[in-house]
Amino acid sequence: MKFFFHVGRYFNMLHRVFGRPERLRIYIRQLFHEIDGLGVNSVGIVVIISLFIGGIMTIQFAYSMSNPIYPTTLVGLGTRDTLILEFSSTMLALIMAGKIGSNITSEIGSMKVTEQIDSLEVMGVNSASYLILPKIIAVVFIFPFLFILSVFCGLLGGLFTGPLVGVISVTNYLEGIQYLFEPYYVTFSLIKSLFFGFLVASVPAYFGYYVQGGALEVGKASTKAVVNTNILILLFDLILTRLLLT
Amino acid sequence: MIEIRNIIKSFDGIQVLDNISARFEEGQTNLIIGQSGSGKTVLLKCILGLHEVDSGNVMYDDRDLTRMNEKTRKSLRQEIGMVFQGGALFDSLTVEENVRFPLDMFTYQSSKEKQHRVDFCLDHVNIKGAHQLHPSEISGGMQKRVAIARAIVLNPKYLFCDEPTSGLDPETATRIDTLIQEITREFKITTLINTHDLNSVMEIGELVLFISEGKKCWEGSKEDLLTSPNAELNKFIFANKLYAHFRGKTS
Repeated sequence: MKFFFHVGRYFNMLHRVFGRPERLRIYIRQLFHEIDGLGVNSVGIVVIISLFIGGIMTIQFAYSMSNPIYPTTLVGLGTRDTLILEFSSTMLALIMAGKIGSNITSEIGSMKVTEQIDSLEVMGVNSASYLILPKIIAVVFIFPFLFILSVFCGLLGGLFTGPLVGVISVTNYLEGIQYLFEPYYVTFSLIKSLFFGFLVASVPAYFGYYVQGGALEVGKASTKAVVNTNILILLFDLILTRLLLT
Repeated sequence: MIEIRNIIKSFDGIQVLDNISARFEEGQTNLIIGQSGSGKTVLLKCILGLHEVDSGNVMYDDRDLTRMNEKTRKSLRQEIGMVFQGGALFDSLTVEENVRFPLDMFTYQSSKEKQHRVDFCLDHVNIKGAHQLHPSEISGGMQKRVAIARAIVLNPKYLFCDEPTSGLDPETATRIDTLIQEITREFKITTLINTHDLNSVMEIGELVLFISEGKKCWEGSKEDLLTSPNAELNKFIFANKLYAHFRGKTS
């Protein structure tokens, strides 16, 4: 029963979030602020993680395909397809759920327990829309860019690491990442990243918006938000893969 | 004028407000007093519409809040100023931006007009040289004064204050009380204050409503407060006097 209560309240919140904004100019200003705070500030971590994972994947692919019957181009191909299909969309979304999600829950939750949300409501401001809508739009907007950046950095990581540790040559790697390229994989992952962006912003916002108590409860809500967002990302990954790829 | 009629409110089957009726007059500082947990804040939030009442009516000059649609309620809320217990200033905004926020949201004034209004309100609450500071960089007393400035920036008809002097030293508390009373008289607004501080009651209270365990126990002027035979009220006054006595001894 509790599950249905939360689902109902989540959609009720979304109904308020997508209500008519009071003053569009202020919302647009908030949107740019959120794009900077939630999106641009995540670029660094995306670059670092993707570079390392790209490099590690190249070494692991090279190790598992050390048999001479496999062409070495498969190393580049495997790295590329894994990055595009799963890592840069799903795994990155799971990481961002931790970074961006906990940030959103703690920010909105703190505002809730210090009565700042009540203060907005008393003024006649739709607090759900004012606080959450710019975050959802910002994260949904920035996620495809983070995906593309992650794929690029991952491939770059493989290009540096593979030849550096001597498991593959630059020529073979470059040949591999261009071999049998399927553009639809990128479209598929871009669609996934839009869904994941929505989940990463809206689910933690829900947990923050309805938190009750004090600082301790805000911390607990942050943890719950990250766990639930991760589960929903994996569930949607499964559904979208079944619907769009098979 | 604000009138509440037979307000009943429960949370999870526990009745928090039991059939409370009262009338709060314009141009006066109306006080709701009672011990912690007596239901003062819930009553205030019911009057503001932050909590929906189970039954009863909340009348703002003949307009019934409980029967309003969302749009009408929104426009009524622009006539309301509220000072929350902790100030509830927006952390990410500066003092000046906090006070300007309602103007940005609900008026079409020019930047110059808004700046003029913000400066006027901050001057009125005696905030000088802190316009560009964030709430975390100013004292608790200053935060309360900025919250008052934000509450009056749209020229409200109704001002609500939830424990405006809690956590403040006696001198700052008296200054805040006096400020609220001055604003009430100057702008002829209906002010409603929640407090458990007897000093505030004696300082600025004009009409006093005493509630205990969610029930209305006593209503009257501050002059009648100390001579009332009401046992619950006397217990509350005695506890307050005892606290003031020991505080006097230790300070």
